[in-house]
Amino acid sequence: MNNNEIQNMTYREAIRLGMIEEMQRDDNVIFMGEDIGVYGGAFGLSQGMLEEFGEERILDTPISEAAIVGTAVGAATTGLRPICEIMFMDFVTFAMDALVNQGAKMRYMFGGQTQVPMVLRLPAGSGTGAAAQHSQSLEAWLCHVPGLKVVTPSTPAQAKGLIKAAIRDNNPVCFIEHKLLYSTEGEVPLDEDFIVEIEKTMTERPGKDVTIVTYGTLLPKAMEAAAFLAEEGIEVEILNPITLYPMDMKPIVDSVIKTGRVIVAHEAAKTGGLGGEIVARIAESEAFDYLNAPMIRLAGLDVPIPYNKELEAAVIPQKSDFIRAVYRLLDHE
Amino acid sequence: MIELPEKILLRMYYKMNQARFFEEKVDDLFTKGLVHGTTHLSIGQEATGVASCMALEKGDLVSLTHRGHSQAIGFGLDVNLMMAEILGKANGYCKGKGGSMHIADVRNGNLGANGVVGGGFNLSCGAALTQKYKKTGKVVLCFAGDGATNEGSFHESLNLASIWKLPIVFLIENNLYGMSTPVAKHMNIENISDRSASYDMPGLTIDGNDPLEVYNILLKALRYARAGRGPVLIEAKTYRYSGHSKSDAQDYRTREEVEEWQKRDPILKMKNYLKDNKVFTDKQILTMEEEAKDSIENALEFAMESPEPEITAVLDDVYA
Repeated sequence: MNNNEIQNMTYREAIRLGMIEEMQRDDNVIFMGEDIGVYGGAFGLSQGMLEEFGEERILDTPISEAAIVGTAVGAATTGLRPICEIMFMDFVTFAMDALVNQGAKMRYMFGGQTQVPMVLRLPAGSGTGAAAQHSQSLEAWLCHVPGLKVVTPSTPAQAKGLIKAAIRDNNPVCFIEHKLLYSTEGEVPLDEDFIVEIEKTMTERPGKDVTIVTYGTLLPKAMEAAAFLAEEGIEVEILNPITLYPMDMKPIVDSVIKTGRVIVAHEAAKTGGLGGEIVARIAESEAFDYLNAPMIRLAGLDVPIPYNKELEAAVIPQKSDFIRAVYRLLDHE
Repeated sequence: MIELPEKILLRMYYKMNQARFFEEKVDDLFTKGLVHGTTHLSIGQEATGVASCMALEKGDLVSLTHRGHSQAIGFGLDVNLMMAEILGKANGYCKGKGGSMHIADVRNGNLGANGVVGGGFNLSCGAALTQKYKKTGKVVLCFAGDGATNEGSFHESLNLASIWKLPIVFLIENNLYGMSTPVAKHMNIENISDRSASYDMPGLTIDGNDPLEVYNILLKALRYARAGRGPVLIEAKTYRYSGHSKSDAQDYRTREEVEEWQKRDPILKMKNYLKDNKVFTDKQILTMEEEAKDSIENALEFAMESPEPEITAVLDDVYA
């Protein structure tokens, strides 16, 4: 049904609405996870869904992440389209065999005989005071597994469009949602066919002086930094690879060719993080010749996420870090 | 032993022989260096692999183990395409990308052999969930070995299957060793079927070298699961004559032990049954054996003549 209306809603509501629309559209979509029924999900994303879709489609599971994901893989290869909620991304560790050795490889390993259409929803990130086992950003692990797709929306509209695209995709899609973004608001199209295409990098703000590549909850910080710098006449271009794997590099390369300066930023720990992959790809591209300054990576410190509020914030790049990095790049000449 | 229609006995005996000859051929090819990688042979376990599948109905599904050749042949896979896969050929079941450990025929309900010990339990739950959700009336037969029952996935899956009353029969082929380790060293129970009690499902231990017992019990278990009463755990005690894989010196067991088990060979047992009960004449039995052997010679010929995959195929089928 075509609907041109736009509604203001939270990131949380947008994901929920996307799931509801897809479950209404396709009976093969089921939803599994811990406490997603009566409780409505640890972060409230499935509130009301049990009443609407019933116990056959909203499956409250035991605390068995390996079984949740493995069952989803088995169901996906036999004709269903499961969505799984892992309560915290940190617990995907329990499900790695099902995800990495089974789901991601089944199609290739079996010579294309099957497909695995499933979505793994993974609430990630720090800033909630939940300390080291409930705050991680583990996307780089997942982006190292051919066969998986990894997406992460930053805005409510992206969240709705991407969850719908992920559910319609015929591959296992890891949908990383940042807990700090759940209550952020934005305009969301109500059109049931509004989709945000997977494998597209978004230009969040145009500019000509410095390129910032960032995603997840660092996007709002980068946007604030860019607004601050704009008052000084510095125009920052911000690109958001909402599909982390396989990543759409062209807009990033084009932007670096234009600006000659680039910052790549993420909350995840620096060593082995995606920032390394992105700067390597820029270095391998024609954009390398246009660089006016060494590329900068802003990333989480190489430590577990600490509990104390000040310590926790110290681990993650902040608005001021973006501003300082931009000055550094511009001062380089 | 129970009485079964001749047609089923014929198929069972033929396929058990086919499985034996298939694996002897694969072993031979490995020894000659004609096969890449490794393989896990189930010689001695043909009753659990083949007779169990004879009890399935059309449309039922299976999840196989890394030691899955007998299971696959029992389920009805084409030995030509299996052999082509083992030789890495383009027209093998997986276009040469899976090999012995990943032989699958998903469209026909074979969810694949699994290179990960315990990898099939959860997948079976998912396949069974689909059957329940779509009300197909079909059952999933999930094969696993004794070692796999010490994986967390075994316990998570049995629990899930039990609370959701999923139509699954878990068939544990207990061949007494997890690679080199005797079962007794890794669990303090004599019968793995005891583990069913924790999940409130029926659990049985049976003679895995008696094809007719395997068939009979599977028939009952599948009926139970099909009726929507939930999963069943069956432990079939059996024995593999070959090593764990191609690199196994077998220092953990004696030649005498292997010979003792060979006296209880499942194919021999079935042959004696067919003779003693005059189900088939000696000539008919010999014909079945020869036909089974010929089918494997033909499979090898088919596989040898099959093309190698195009090098560009390396990029195909990562994504749907």
